[in-house]
Amino acid sequence: MKRMTKAFFAFLMAFLPFMAMAQIDGEFVKPRTGKFLLQNATVVTITKGTLNNASVLIENGKIVQVGTGISADGAEVFDCTGMFIYPGMIDSGTRLGLVEVSSVAETVDYAEVGNVSPNMQALTAVNPNSEEIPVTRVSGVTTALTVPSGGLFPGTAALINLVGYTPDQMYAGFKAVVMNFPSSARRGRFDRRSDDDIKKDNEKALKEANELWEKATSYQSLKSAGAELEYYPEMDQLAKVISGELPMLIEVNAAGDIKNALKWIEGKDAKFIFSGVAEGWRVADEIAKAGIPVLAGPVQELPTRESDRYDAAYSNPGKMAKAGVKVAIRTDEEENVRNLPFHAAFAAAYGMGKEEAWKAVTINPAEIFGLADSYGSIEAGKIANLIVSTDDPFETKAQIMHVFINGYRIPMSNRHIRLYQEFLDRSPGLKAN
Amino acid sequence: MKKLNYFLAALLGLSITYASAQTKKGSVLIKNATVLTVTKGTLENSDVLVQDGIIKQVGQNISAPNGVETIDATGKYLMPGIIDAHSHVALDVVNEATSPIVAEVRMRDMVNPFEVGLYRALAGGVTISHAMHGSANVVGGQNVTLKHRWGSEDPADIIMQDAPRTIKFALGENPTRVHGRGRGIQPRTRMGVEAILRNGFNEALQYKKAWEDYNAAASQKGNTKTAPEYDERLQTLADILDGKIIIHCHSYRADEIYMLINVARDFGITKLVFQHTNEGFKVAPEIAEYTMGASVFADWWAYKMEVYYSTAFNAAILTKNGAITSINSDSAELIRHLYHEAAKTQRYGGMNDDEALAMITMNPAKQLGISDKVGSIEVGKQADLVIFEGHPLSVYAVPQKTFVDGVKYFDIEKDTDDQRLRVSATEMVEPIFLTEEDHRCMQDVELNFSDISKTLFNTNY
Repeated sequence: MKRMTKAFFAFLMAFLPFMAMAQIDGEFVKPRTGKFLLQNATVVTITKGTLNNASVLIENGKIVQVGTGISADGAEVFDCTGMFIYPGMIDSGTRLGLVEVSSVAETVDYAEVGNVSPNMQALTAVNPNSEEIPVTRVSGVTTALTVPSGGLFPGTAALINLVGYTPDQMYAGFKAVVMNFPSSARRGRFDRRSDDDIKKDNEKALKEANELWEKATSYQSLKSAGAELEYYPEMDQLAKVISGELPMLIEVNAAGDIKNALKWIEGKDAKFIFSGVAEGWRVADEIAKAGIPVLAGPVQELPTRESDRYDAAYSNPGKMAKAGVKVAIRTDEEENVRNLPFHAAFAAAYGMGKEEAWKAVTINPAEIFGLADSYGSIEAGKIANLIVSTDDPFETKAQIMHVFINGYRIPMSNRHIRLYQEFLDRSPGLKAN
Repeated sequence: MKKLNYFLAALLGLSITYASAQTKKGSVLIKNATVLTVTKGTLENSDVLVQDGIIKQVGQNISAPNGVETIDATGKYLMPGIIDAHSHVALDVVNEATSPIVAEVRMRDMVNPFEVGLYRALAGGVTISHAMHGSANVVGGQNVTLKHRWGSEDPADIIMQDAPRTIKFALGENPTRVHGRGRGIQPRTRMGVEAILRNGFNEALQYKKAWEDYNAAASQKGNTKTAPEYDERLQTLADILDGKIIIHCHSYRADEIYMLINVARDFGITKLVFQHTNEGFKVAPEIAEYTMGASVFADWWAYKMEVYYSTAFNAAILTKNGAITSINSDSAELIRHLYHEAAKTQRYGGMNDDEALAMITMNPAKQLGISDKVGSIEVGKQADLVIFEGHPLSVYAVPQKTFVDGVKYFDIEKDTDDQRLRVSATEMVEPIFLTEEDHRCMQDVELNFSDISKTLFNTNY
């Protein structure tokens, strides 16, 4: 009897996987890697011109070959006749992965308590399984800088590729310590401070920043001299800016603040990048003269002042680029990062031109982040982040057909698409039977 | 005889008042454009003649009558003025949040013609906006339909006087947060929202009957009945029941949308439009069958829990199921590129050009009850028109000139930096806003939030 029971259970156990399969419909499509040949497309390399009827070979996560007459041997072939291949787009400022539903505090991880917390790591809080990631990447945005916000030094931003199951798999090799430069702009309609109060608040904040900078400088010189230092994670992180290990990303927007920020960094031996730069067009020459690159945006945004021309934000990246500033474009978004191509297109239409706008979402951010050898264009040896599109991918009606990130062919699906598939022709419809 | 003179004098006075209250009407001939009529296809190299604010002729080789300006639009596109079915532009106040039902308040009393947002909307080709009460109440205030006649200092001039009345309703998180969680009164749940609606309409039915009984009795000889107390709130609800007002209901989830459809059917209400309607796609057949459709965002989602299960394909699903669908802004920023928002329905769901353009012209016109007057380029309609460089559904399109009633209010060539009509003498320095609070659905609602939640909840649409 005992043996019978055992045999019965053994049978049951063996049968289980089969039963499980029988109860599940459909199959989940995962990202997959391999050797891929994208054939016969118009390849817009960004850095090496546009190639007609060309192909791109991807293997081991890298672009192996770009051009014509590439052997398809052992490769999965994607016929891209009539289509365009572009590098994956890079959004230079988002909160992607750090927030799921912005009004639900429990899902918001970009703003830590405290004014000085440069050691807060955005990368740690990136949720690789956020629904927003598959929604974003099918639009052709393959890489995003995800940025903490809040106080004076709110944390450390990280560049991520939109594929992978751990933050480390997603990490794209760039971090920066964020500084919110004391702002003369208002936080919103509820901000009823007088102009004098704003000025006083800013002076106080800048004094604090100066003191912290001095402290970090001493900390760094002691550290490099081999001194035994007390555990001071905030200072340790700031000191990395002074040592040159990490750049500092300064969020600054109003024209006067940009001028002050330029003055503040004068004589400081560190790498600085400005972000936001909403009124950059007012002081574009000065930014260009200082040689500071900018991560500008959002572009689809209102002017900062009522007296500004209606297109001030649309034309800002173009005006700065014309003045000689190296411009990358950001959305400053979370769930709407997929609109990056449209922000770039508006910049293109309002003075920047398509070519410069494309650079602003590909090679320019790659250069600003010190990653131009691996990102930002279609060249052999670079990481295989690319998109195949029916049309110019900035164009609203363009359909993105394939996305490759880190050499992975991304499933062209997400919750938005699955809901479309389920509800376009609902069953039952109006009547149950 | 004397009486007749008085009467005539009064009539003359009235007609002068009426004439002076007339808004500006223009005449213009637009030549050689690609005319996107929306309802009658696309006409290449065609002309549109406008006289006294009305489209008089659409065709080829039209010549300008004496004194009518001609604009050469060769290589450019002409489309009907864009209509935004959900906006809070030019409103001084948005929410009267004090009660779950505030049907008596009227946004037409709150119109601020000085708001530069009107000009910025014109620069995006928008000629009409539906300026709505906020979403703090189950039954909010009455909205106002505006024509963007920028430059007038009289609020009456920018109100579209011949548009029907509409009213704001709101379901879900906003009214339950303000009243249930904020003030400890019904509704705290979506069940409570239904109860508020049914109780309100039943009370309105009793109110209506009381007046009908009184009016019937009043015509009888020797009647001693006294009139019921007048109540603007209940009268407005009664007007909804009588089909005199179109409901525009802020809604997100399929369950609450379905609930309001059931309530409307029970009370015989057919003039119902859903706003936002992020989960409208889940009940698209019901929306198509029983309502005037849905006015939606092109792609917004995940900013609050009730829009987490959204899809950018919403407008396409609704349209393919036969629901009248429009794309709106609810934002001082988005209102400036609704042509681009409409084009997103081509990326997400493959809408054709006419379907996409209808979502920002003819369809919102239908939902506002003004489709006999505006929304397409047809002879006899009001001449609200936009000239575009590039096809308006292209992301690179740039609006060039915008006309309301044949009068040009935006011209990119004559656009100067400062378009404000009035500058405040009390402000020393002009404030700089980085993230202008575009979304004003919950403006003027005072809630006891801590500072951190103020930041978190500053996107309350």
